[in-house]
Amino acid sequence: MTTKQLALVIDLNVCVGCHACVTSCKEWNTAGEAGPLSDQNPYGADPSGTFFNRVQTFEVGAFPNTETVHFPKSCLHCEDPPCVPVCPTGASYKRAEDGIVLVDYDKCIGCKYCSWACPYGAREVDMEQKVMKKCTLCVDRIYDATLLEADRKPACVLACPTSARLFGDIHDPESEASRAIREQGGYALMPEWGTHPANHYLPRRKTGKRLHPDELERHDNPLKVDGLLPRPAPDAPALDDVTSW
Amino acid sequence: MRPAWSVILLTTLIGAGQGLLLALFAAELAGLGGSTLFVPGAAASLALLGAGLLASFFHLGRPERAWRSAAMWRTSWLSREVIVLPAFMAAAAAWGAAHWLAQPTLALGVAASVLALALFVCTGMIYACLPFLQEWRTPLTVVNFVLLGSASGLTLASALAAWLAPSLARPYAAAALAVGAAAYLGRLASLWRNAHLRPKSTLATAIGVKHPRIVQIAQGAMGGSFNTREFFHGRPRELVRAARWALLALVFPVPALLLVSGHTAAAFLLQYVGLLAERWYFFAEAKHPQNLYYQAIA
Repeated sequence: MTTKQLALVIDLNVCVGCHACVTSCKEWNTAGEAGPLSDQNPYGADPSGTFFNRVQTFEVGAFPNTETVHFPKSCLHCEDPPCVPVCPTGASYKRAEDGIVLVDYDKCIGCKYCSWACPYGAREVDMEQKVMKKCTLCVDRIYDATLLEADRKPACVLACPTSARLFGDIHDPESEASRAIREQGGYALMPEWGTHPANHYLPRRKTGKRLHPDELERHDNPLKVDGLLPRPAPDAPALDDVTSW
Repeated sequence: MRPAWSVILLTTLIGAGQGLLLALFAAELAGLGGSTLFVPGAAASLALLGAGLLASFFHLGRPERAWRSAAMWRTSWLSREVIVLPAFMAAAAAWGAAHWLAQPTLALGVAASVLALALFVCTGMIYACLPFLQEWRTPLTVVNFVLLGSASGLTLASALAAWLAPSLARPYAAAALAVGAAAYLGRLASLWRNAHLRPKSTLATAIGVKHPRIVQIAQGAMGGSFNTREFFHGRPRELVRAARWALLALVFPVPALLLVSGHTAAAFLLQYVGLLAERWYFFAEAKHPQNLYYQAIA
């Protein structure tokens, strides 16, 4: 548990289902050095294509008490990935240094066995290259020292307009991702299979505003001069009947 | 799952080939038969295995890299199958050649038989080792691969013997009836088991929302995707039901009648058709949990 495990934490309470993560993922990874994510018949009647990330939509409950849940789905980079041991060539592997599950496109024979072994349907065959592909957590981007530090994140995380996607090391208890999982009820998908997905989801929850005393009084108030305003005299001039000026 | 013809042909053809070689070596151990049966029999077994191997290449996106698939035998049953299959073919060829050249055959026959059984286990475990394909996750999967393959091999041995060693046709037919009945019972047991399975995963665990009523509104793509093609058979319910009736009739009852009446070649051909239906149904009835994410297009 001490080694790094990079992962995404996706906040279903915040996701608005805009698909910006889908398009930015496709754009970055189709233009990357691993070659295009091919599309078949993209403008025709029956389009198809390779995607690492999709946003699905579910309706929970019965009318009129329904809730719409937008659900981004990509490879979960399981800590115990069932797709890796079944690969006959060793093309599928989990990196020891950061826990990212990757496919070596030069070794893959396209037998599709790993896709059968993934309960989440996270793997897709590229119909042009005939090899298995999946989310790489933008491994060609997050370590790129020529980018600004703030830009060394997966494309989907940078694109999300509502900051529904957090990226970080979930084995570091102080990372933003770990804290979100711990404090906001982060959970894993299909825990019944023991795959221990690294990606976590934050549940839908009631949003309320909780005011703490230090938010009502200026926090950076070293001289302690902020205080209650003096109560005006009853006969003092007032803008209305309530406040004095 | 979508039944892939390459895999259906691979598993049924090599199963018959392995069963045939086991049947031939069993006769040799019992002191029956001779080179007039064993040499053509080994050739027929090799032809079935070669045809199955050829079919398997059509399953691969990159068949030119198939040699790489022997690498991960420590963890992958598919990799183990890739190693054991040619090893068994080599042993079967050596056993046949030894009979042809009148050399000692016992050690080669033992090696080929052990490898044939190992190949059955590898093929079955490829499916039985996937924990969340609950229809396959049972020892019955391996047992059925062994028994169904052996039964079809024995039926074929009976047909070959009727032509090349008539005195052996009846014993082989009797053995084919016994093993075929066992295989049929095993398959019925797995059909019964799979009809009573409760899926472990639900939409609630799939998206982590604890509500009994969840309906998919959109799956993120208006056209199809790999996920909608690979994991659904996409055939009408009538065809699935027809495949089950075909397997129920042709895997054992019809071939049994033909074996008893002495039509051994017809028995093998019809049993093989039944095994094609059996294997098609084996894939079609397996429900992959990823399908939970692909219930509605939009």
